[in-house]
Amino acid sequence: MIGKGKVGCQRGRQVADITAIHGVTRPLIHVRSVRRKLDIIQSNPSAHGGRGALPSEGGSPSDLLFLAGGERMMLRIKRVPTVVSNYQKDEGEDAARRGGGCGRNCLQKCCIPGAKLPLYTFKRAEEIPGDKCVLEHDDNQAPVAFLDSLLLGQWEDRMQRGLFRYDVTACETKVIPGRCGFMAQLNEGRHLKKRPTEFRVDKVLQPFDGNKFNFTKVGQEEVLFQFDASEDGEVQFFPDAPVDADSSPSVVAINVSPIEYGHVLLIPRILECLPQRIDRESFLLALYMAIEAGNPYFRLGYNSLGAFATINHLHFQAYYLAVPFPIEKAPTRKVTTLGDGVKISELFDYPVRGLVFEGGNTLQDLSNAVSDACIFLQDNNIPHNVLIADCGKRIFLLPQCYAEKQALGEVSSELLDTQVNPAVWEISGHMVLKRKKDYEEASEENAWRLLAEVSLSEERFEEVKALIFEACSYTLSEKEDEHLTQGAGDDKPPLEGTGSINKGRNCNMVSGTQECLVLQ
Amino acid sequence: MEPPQLGLIEQSFNSRYSNWAREALDELPDNFTITDPCISGHPIVFASRGFLKMSGYSRDQVVGRNGRMFQGPNTCRRSVMEIREAIREERGVEISLLNYRKDGTPFWMLFRMAPVFGKDEGRVIHFVAVQVPILRRRQRRRNGEGLCGEILSNSCRREVCSSSSVELAGVSAADSDCRALEIEEKCEASDTEKQLAATAISNVLSVLTHYSESTGRLVCEKRFGPSLVSSSLHISLGRIKQSFVLVDPHLPDIPIVYASDAFLRMTGYARNEVLGQNCRFLTGVDTDPSALHQIKQSIQAQQACSVRILHYRKDKSSFWNLLHISPVRNATGKIAYFVGVQIEEGSVDRHGLSPEMRQLSVVGSIKVAVRSSSMSYSIH
Repeated sequence: MIGKGKVGCQRGRQVADITAIHGVTRPLIHVRSVRRKLDIIQSNPSAHGGRGALPSEGGSPSDLLFLAGGERMMLRIKRVPTVVSNYQKDEGEDAARRGGGCGRNCLQKCCIPGAKLPLYTFKRAEEIPGDKCVLEHDDNQAPVAFLDSLLLGQWEDRMQRGLFRYDVTACETKVIPGRCGFMAQLNEGRHLKKRPTEFRVDKVLQPFDGNKFNFTKVGQEEVLFQFDASEDGEVQFFPDAPVDADSSPSVVAINVSPIEYGHVLLIPRILECLPQRIDRESFLLALYMAIEAGNPYFRLGYNSLGAFATINHLHFQAYYLAVPFPIEKAPTRKVTTLGDGVKISELFDYPVRGLVFEGGNTLQDLSNAVSDACIFLQDNNIPHNVLIADCGKRIFLLPQCYAEKQALGEVSSELLDTQVNPAVWEISGHMVLKRKKDYEEASEENAWRLLAEVSLSEERFEEVKALIFEACSYTLSEKEDEHLTQGAGDDKPPLEGTGSINKGRNCNMVSGTQECLVLQ
Repeated sequence: MEPPQLGLIEQSFNSRYSNWAREALDELPDNFTITDPCISGHPIVFASRGFLKMSGYSRDQVVGRNGRMFQGPNTCRRSVMEIREAIREERGVEISLLNYRKDGTPFWMLFRMAPVFGKDEGRVIHFVAVQVPILRRRQRRRNGEGLCGEILSNSCRREVCSSSSVELAGVSAADSDCRALEIEEKCEASDTEKQLAATAISNVLSVLTHYSESTGRLVCEKRFGPSLVSSSLHISLGRIKQSFVLVDPHLPDIPIVYASDAFLRMTGYARNEVLGQNCRFLTGVDTDPSALHQIKQSIQAQQACSVRILHYRKDKSSFWNLLHISPVRNATGKIAYFVGVQIEEGSVDRHGLSPEMRQLSVVGSIKVAVRSSSMSYSIH
């Protein structure tokens, strides 16, 4: 944790107050009228749920478990995990399989030697100012990009080979009438009628556990292609490339319980068995995929642990849906521009509070700004979701607290009965419903109400937001120190207030916009 | 992306409106473009003199290109998305947008777009887009301000709007620094500018409707009658470069309701010769009846199939067609079309994809397009 450790240590105590997931008992009645020195953000009476607004009516189906002994209170919820691979079994069943050579053509040492998969290599963007992505493909009117074709063709092939648990195109779907345009799908086959599993929701960072299901256990037929940067700066495709374990390949695999057509999983450096946590390199890979596909309706999403990730093996999800997502249509208010050109805005008039990252002098700048924000959140145990939209030009970051509420019995049984786990797609406005009744009665109001429960409260979001900015600008300060730049920001006044550790450090925010005052 | 052939562009305009239409449009002082969503790439087929002056491009540089060429790094992505969705939903939109001239300078304008429907087709055949430059009215504490303020208040609005970009740049040279900072903020149009946009749209639409009468292929401002394949689906399908057709199994004799340009090139037919026809016109004396039978069975069983079948072009020459057929469902979950993807045996894909993989990618793209385009309740 370079430098982030410093942030964590000095601010540890304050962060614990924010999510309160650490074992500090905090009152369930949230004080809504918190005002800080120089805080110009008005406290609106909000339509959002906020913390502790909806006490459980009792008889809630979610279990609340306490770990006896030790100071920490462990929070867990029970849910039926989504099956994303045909080789994903209950832990009990998995343990029964033993013996050498699994015989099912997986991606572990037993089967990797000699394995061959198509390989797509993309061209890295040069680190020069200006347009960083292939503008030709950013439109629904441009010709289909090759990666797009490859992915769709491979997916259709697996469809016809019967690898999916159901035909998602046979599931009825609609846009819910209203100004937001939430999407609902009736999908009775996605959720299994199985015994729910326990998920620990109070730790965003958990170590990789080889005994549990991970993506090296999928069958090779579920992998569509390898996806990596090209060595020589040219886009290339090899229909039949050997899987070279030493080169740490990243792959794209199908999700056998698709939400929509083309639902895939991007698994960076699959053989390294990284746990579900963001790092700069992996996030950049995801961003490249969005750009290469060149289709604004092909979006990538990420769920942290505690924000409804099912599997603790680093992965992003993606699928096609050629309609605008409500979150993309939500108005935004610009908050600041970082020194490297990354613009950060805030959603408003949307049930979930979140940030939007755009711009950046180079692609790496944009990618790193989001990565660093995620790294901060995960280091400070704040569950979050990320949506990469608009061919990688707009990235949404949404901290959430639904699982925590669920574990504490604070979600109404009405909402719990819909069994909607609000992960990135749901938060973006795409709901998959398992009961016909819920589908038929789906309304903008209901969707809004559910998502409002997911959002951090206004006060908490402001706190998290301020800390994210500090983390981002702190990182930039380090970068400047490394390059020994002189005088950058020396003449700018230090940030005041809220125990900011940036006193006297370089301020990388572009001054002059009123929104900057939020940090003071 | 190669621009579509000029022939298609010319035809887009000439087949609808009489020759006098161009002259009448050239006489209008407004800045506007006319685009054709049914040509792959949704290109501009007509640009007014005023528009070319405003943007700094010549006609050749603009006709055949897509409107995104005028966007740049500070163009608001959300606004671009709104326009994209309006096109997809076949409706109008009015929004402030930052565009860039040929010399790279950005400028704010009020963008107003309206669909033009073909009376017979019942779907959108053109979009008309009007651009009204938005002038800054903010008070500035600089020397150049007085000059700028005078020009704005003294000149007739219309003249300022249609003045050349050079003149506008000259006026604002003194406060270019100030403008650069402000250029990122959303710029709202005044009522006058909105009125200008409304008048301009109305002017263009009346010219188009008037001059379509003489060609017999009438256009109108409102949709007339139900559409077979919506224009939004057309746009999505237009991105697919391969040869394919969509047929509707619910209509008598399962007619073709969409044919790609590549299909027409491969078979030698014109679009109006194939739309509404059953695919059997492709078969001939030596076509194996068992292959036909296999196709028929698959359609009845609602399943995908691949056959190697002998087909004939319009000029009677034959070719081996590696044909793949698949059902395509819409948002209701039920089958809406069957897609047939044709590959001429022996053709090679530059990326090294097998013919089967190429066909499957077409099927995938179409499945996404059909499902998504039928989700909106407004389309139904």
